[in-house]
Amino acid sequence: MKITVLFFGITTDLIQRSVLELTITEGSNVADFRKQLQTDYPQLSNLNTYAIALNEEYTSGDEVIHQNDTLAVIPPVSGG
Amino acid sequence: MDHSFVKITDQKLDLQECMDFVFDDSCGGIVNFVGTVRNDTSGKEVKQLEFSSYKPMALKEMQKIADRSLAEFDIYKIAIHHAVGLLQIGEVPVIIVVAAKHRKAAFEACEFAIDTLKETVPIWKKEYFTDGEVWVNAHP
Repeated sequence: MKITVLFFGITTDLIQRSVLELTITEGSNVADFRKQLQTDYPQLSNLNTYAIALNEEYTSGDEVIHQNDTLAVIPPVSGG
Repeated sequence: MDHSFVKITDQKLDLQECMDFVFDDSCGGIVNFVGTVRNDTSGKEVKQLEFSSYKPMALKEMQKIADRSLAEFDIYKIAIHHAVGLLQIGEVPVIIVVAAKHRKAAFEACEFAIDTLKETVPIWKKEYFTDGEVWVNAHP
């Protein structure tokens, strides 16, 4: 199934783009997605840590992903 | 009545707009936090900053901070405004304004709000130096 992935901050530089469409296995959860992303884009391991947001909410990893969901890669924030 | 006012804008932030929003005759004080762009980082001269956001999520996270501030501190109203885009030295990326009946709650809520914003709101800052640029805090 198709999902949209958004990139922000330093990850836009690492991936060289700010949005991509990705196909993932039906029933995947956020932890599965993170593994797949890390395999497809090993340059993300330049970061010690990053969060994944699902439909604009932070995740813990076990949330199941559905068709047309929006995921976002959230590197350490630095607002304020 | 809405007791919170969160905003992300590419326009100049307006302290008076925040003050006008929180002001009420029942309040004994208003606490403001105004963040400003500093001219150096660890001894290196900063030329300018660029802020970007994941706007819909950042607004949600800012609203959560406002809601928690109102729930956990005895305050009347809170405004949290953040700017995005290029900012020069001395310009204002963030304003938090809190009104309360008594000052202690307003000070505490204001500090809670800025501390939490810096931890949870998906906004990113890039520093431009004379010899390059750096995403702030990308490698904690």
